[in-house]
Amino acid sequence: MPLLELQNLKKYYATQKAVDDISFTIEQGSIFGLLGPNGAGKTTLLRMITGIFFPDDGTITFDGQPFNPLRDIQKIGYMPEERGLYKKMKIGEQALYLAQLKGLSRDEAMTKVKWWFQRLQMESWWNKKVEDLSKGMSQKLQFVTTVLHEPKLIILDEPFSGLDPVNANLIKDEIFGLSQRGSTIIFSTHRMEQVEEICDHIVLVNLGKKILDGTVQQVKHTYKQNLFRLTFSNRLLPEHLAIHLFDVKRHGEKELTIQLNPDYSNNDVLQYFISKDLQIESFNEIFPSLNEIFIRLVEGTHSTTRTFQAVEQ
Amino acid sequence: MNKTLLIARREFLSRVQKKTFLLTTILVPLIIMLFYAMMIYFSVKGENNVKVAVLDKANVFNGAVKSDKDIVFEFVQTDTATLRKEVETGKYNGFVYVPENYATSQDQQLIYRSGKALGLMTKGKIEGTLNKALEERRLMSLNISQSTLDSIQKKTDISFTTLSGTDESAKAGVSYGVGFISGFLIYIILFIYGTMVMRGVMEEKVNRIAEVIVSSVKPFQLMMGKIIGIGSVGLLQFIIWIVLVGGLQFLLPIFFPGLAEQMHSQPVQPASMQAAEAIKHASQDSGFMAGLAQINFPLIIGCFIFYFLGGYLLYSSLFAAVGSSVNEDPQDAQSLMLPITMPIIFSIVIMTKAVNDPTSGLAVFGSIFPFTSPVVMMARLAHGIPEGVTWAQLLISMALLIVTFLGTTWLAGKIYRTGILMYGKKPTWKELIKWALR
Repeated sequence: MPLLELQNLKKYYATQKAVDDISFTIEQGSIFGLLGPNGAGKTTLLRMITGIFFPDDGTITFDGQPFNPLRDIQKIGYMPEERGLYKKMKIGEQALYLAQLKGLSRDEAMTKVKWWFQRLQMESWWNKKVEDLSKGMSQKLQFVTTVLHEPKLIILDEPFSGLDPVNANLIKDEIFGLSQRGSTIIFSTHRMEQVEEICDHIVLVNLGKKILDGTVQQVKHTYKQNLFRLTFSNRLLPEHLAIHLFDVKRHGEKELTIQLNPDYSNNDVLQYFISKDLQIESFNEIFPSLNEIFIRLVEGTHSTTRTFQAVEQ
Repeated sequence: MNKTLLIARREFLSRVQKKTFLLTTILVPLIIMLFYAMMIYFSVKGENNVKVAVLDKANVFNGAVKSDKDIVFEFVQTDTATLRKEVETGKYNGFVYVPENYATSQDQQLIYRSGKALGLMTKGKIEGTLNKALEERRLMSLNISQSTLDSIQKKTDISFTTLSGTDESAKAGVSYGVGFISGFLIYIILFIYGTMVMRGVMEEKVNRIAEVIVSSVKPFQLMMGKIIGIGSVGLLQFIIWIVLVGGLQFLLPIFFPGLAEQMHSQPVQPASMQAAEAIKHASQDSGFMAGLAQINFPLIIGCFIFYFLGGYLLYSSLFAAVGSSVNEDPQDAQSLMLPITMPIIFSIVIMTKAVNDPTSGLAVFGSIFPFTSPVVMMARLAHGIPEGVTWAQLLISMALLIVTFLGTTWLAGKIYRTGILMYGKKPTWKELIKWALR
């Protein structure tokens, strides 16, 4: 059952169609990647999901029921891209306060905060203030305050920015852990290598519209360019390569990268090389990285220099 | 716990638990009092030991001008040239030359020459003393004795009462004082705590904590929590001040038992003596205590708390809206604040009129119009019901204030929920109105 269903969501500002008719569903327990260049409308979309903004049009279904910000907000944890904490407040108090705002009682909050602080080795911070923390440390604190109340839906906007690799891995493990314990996670970023590693399902938005939707595997299959890489144990000769089956992209002494002619199959290629008496060591299809797909889709749309437009409502 | 209360609790505790809270709560009134005491002291105090030489060629003063502690008149028999030198060398601070042809009956000028410019008080004193001496000479020349003059100048007491028979004269002065002080207090409260709310909102916006919080609570709850929390800080501060003032009056005689007698026995400055005498005179004359007793303090205090809360709620929500729509730049806040501070400043202007004439048209308007009523109504209330204000007017004013603060809070809440997440350029008034009406 999907946890979250968006249908024809729209949000127009005075000079921008920030979100223009976007629909997708997020399955319970999945890790969902919301991708898009800067200014694509990701934050606006997330703010509608967290009940901060009302959509101009469209519906949000949360956990099988129409989204009701007042009730459902307790089941959501949101970590915005711009981190914010009270600088002068003690860290322990701050975590307790934010947990209580999410509807936990003081005792519950205390137990949870202690558990998380212990887990991430933050106990010694309790009486420090946020202004005493480094950027990475306050990032960790922000993460803890987001997931403290064990929300059904966790929304993380660029969770790894400003973290060193050790801490980034620590947080990544926590994200996987939360997902295994049943939380659904929306992960908004433009760091594609992290998405490939973490996400099950992705949606790419650009200029306020959805331009890609599917699992990482599906997307890669959709955008594959029939590229293959072969290695051989004996030397390749130039006459081997003059064939209508494929175009040669690159070749070395014993290796070859080809683009297959769409009229032929993988087996045709293999048969051809076998018939030429070449010993094939490996045969791999090369899938495009999400990064390449992202760039290919977004480039040329001038999305990075998105112009202001008049919006007729 | 209710989330609004949770937020209010944090706002309250984070301010009250600061070390600076107690310090400012106790120090600020002391500093203000000290400041006023200094101001009064310096304005009353004249320059010390001014020595004035009088070269009286016409002998109009007859060698008798009263000197006092500050100004010493000395009669000399030289010429102006030597006096000039003596003023230059510092023997005298200045001299007065009365030419031989000077007659008391004519309108002739006397010239005082001094080395350096004189203070206003000293000038006035020299002028007063010389004129007094001249007046005596004139009276003498007309054969009028001091007692005759006194009998001519005798004042008739006029007792001011209203038709209902209450003793107005006893009350007027006290009402004026109570009205002015309570009106002024509310004015200060509106400013101090209003801007405190505004700065709090700006801080949350700049820190970007606002987005985290509004993903947990409604923006309106966040705004109301802040307003309630800071309002409680204000109330607490006032309670501390009241206790402090009460305590000081009680404690001072214990710590300084001789203080009261000392004040009476010491030869104080003549000017301050005059002031003290004037107060004594006034209090005897118009029955200061009697006037105080006639003020309906339960009503005043009750209304004070009502108008404090009403005015605070009305204005602080507007201040919150301004705080939410600006960014880091305090100058943006200044320009957006202006339309809010205008009516507050305007109300203090009406208030100074209203304490004198509580039933004038302007005062009645000011005490009913909700943006000025918290300040102006206090001034009218001090005159009592029904002399200063009728029950009907009071109730209309209160009802209007409640309706208006509900309205402004509602509108401000709408501006707030849009503004708190808007970054970038300062919004125009047109945009703010659009947010409010959306």
